[in-house]
Amino acid sequence: MTTVADKRPDLRDAAAKAGRSDRARSEARLGWLLAGPAFIVMLAVTLYPILQAFYDSLFNFRLTAPDDRSFTGLNNYAVVLSDPLFWQALGVTVFITVVTVVIELLLGFALALVMHRAITQLRGLLRTAILVPYGIITVVSAFAWFYAFDINSGYVNHWFAWVPGISTDLNWFAQQGTSLFVIIMSEIWKTTPFISLLLLAGLSQVPTELEEAAEVDGATWWQRLTRVVLPNMKAAIMVAVLFRALDAFRIFDNVFIMTNGANGTEVLSLLAYRTSIGRLEIGLGSAISVLLFLCVILICWVAVKLFKVDLAGGARGAG
Amino acid sequence: MKQLSTRAKIAWALITIFVLAYALFPIVSIFATSFKLPSQLNLGLFWPKTWTTVNYEEILAPGGSAQTLFLSSLRNSIGISLIATAIAVVLATLAAYAIARLDFPGKRMVLLTALGVSIFPVISIVTPLFNLWRNIGLYDTWLGLIIPYLSLTLPISIWTLAAFFRQIPWELEQAAQVDGATTWQAFRKAIVPLAAPGVFTTALIAFFIAWNDFVYGISLTSTDRARPVPAALAFFTGASQFEEPTGSISAAAIIVTIPVVILVLLFQRQIVSGLTQGAVKG
Repeated sequence: MTTVADKRPDLRDAAAKAGRSDRARSEARLGWLLAGPAFIVMLAVTLYPILQAFYDSLFNFRLTAPDDRSFTGLNNYAVVLSDPLFWQALGVTVFITVVTVVIELLLGFALALVMHRAITQLRGLLRTAILVPYGIITVVSAFAWFYAFDINSGYVNHWFAWVPGISTDLNWFAQQGTSLFVIIMSEIWKTTPFISLLLLAGLSQVPTELEEAAEVDGATWWQRLTRVVLPNMKAAIMVAVLFRALDAFRIFDNVFIMTNGANGTEVLSLLAYRTSIGRLEIGLGSAISVLLFLCVILICWVAVKLFKVDLAGGARGAG
Repeated sequence: MKQLSTRAKIAWALITIFVLAYALFPIVSIFATSFKLPSQLNLGLFWPKTWTTVNYEEILAPGGSAQTLFLSSLRNSIGISLIATAIAVVLATLAAYAIARLDFPGKRMVLLTALGVSIFPVISIVTPLFNLWRNIGLYDTWLGLIIPYLSLTLPISIWTLAAFFRQIPWELEQAAQVDGATTWQAFRKAIVPLAAPGVFTTALIAFFIAWNDFVYGISLTSTDRARPVPAALAFFTGASQFEEPTGSISAAAIIVTIPVVILVLLFQRQIVSGLTQGAVKG
């Protein structure tokens, strides 16, 4: 992608020769005049709150006793990090993230292949169907899955009573394993379409000549997929995985609706919510919020440094 | 179009049925639940034994147990999401225009900031805002939700619109001017028709995201004044205290899902191109 300015090398060269020419300066001013408001709003709604959260996390501060506010340094972090509940919530969050991303990647890729290969008459229908879960409110999805599995109003137990381990008495939301199963099902259903559309875009960028050449050379379907298609869409896969991993890591809605963190299903976002909004422990809650934020930064860092995910590929194209 | 063999036809039919079942099953499931009699909820059946609209009366008819709660939350959700979308799209249109057409230092930083904001854990913003909003009187108000909603709607709008705008052949504008059109005419006749679909698609995607919010909704509101639908659903109570609100929640869920399904049916092609351009091609 190039900008108009890039297309006029003569202008650019002239500007470069004259240092920052008037034209370039007025273009820069207009650029910031237009992009500035959006930029400031974005900083105001995220950078400011996270700095405030960090500041609040240094205090012993409960809203129920606002006058007892006192500076405690990093003590809140020590409290949080030495609490087994935090580590359990972190473990559950990581578990949900890894399982959903792996399944969504496989399922999403299958759906993307179907949409990519679909004959023209079916393409619109398939894409419309895929988009429905994407548009549905997560809370609605959570209730739909919850009611289907619920021991009272559900029908899943009746349908699958023949499966060993499932009977009409099975209360899915009374143990950790079965609760997480339903939570993950709802999460996968709702967010696979997104990953699948990203992969579809990646698929359509694989040059068809390459695939045809491999076919002529006698490669099987599986060989073409693993040797030609997948390596050529590695970038798209990595971006999709990273985006979904970060999204899954902040899971909240499904857990809140189905179990509210009971039976070992507490996740980090819910822990932060219950600490600060539920128990009004602003200091402790802020510390958890900051830790959650650091986890997200860490995931990004690992992805970009170790797996070389080119997150800013588009941004570079612009610059 | 090459002729399909019978086997291929059957395979495609099966695949289509499978995809449709995947996409629609949970919705059909909650649809069926919404028409069940409260007394017949526990029969373990998928379809209602007796179809009834009693759950819809609870949330829509005057005197229904959840009517005030549901209708006010519906008003809040529509109002707050629309305003947050409108502000985001206006700001993002200006920013994306600058990113696509102008060369200025820090352009990449604007895009990277948008990316950073879009992956920001929402709950990290909620704690400080909760405290601040209570102090300055924005707690439980529309404005108190519209502002944080911008953190959801603005980044994706910037990315999607920047991607759309980069594909517009801006030379058309100059061409129109050469042909004798004024600057304004050239912009209106040549550029607006090309840019409008992108702006509209972006608005649609941003609206979906605002409409879906739950964390801000339950954290920054406490009453009917500003509570949006997803948060209100979590606070539904049954017709009596011995009754689960299953039916009314299902009915409310169906009502807020219908517009989404209609929008998806109408604008499937645009939404797909908007989502994929913004995310992959950047």
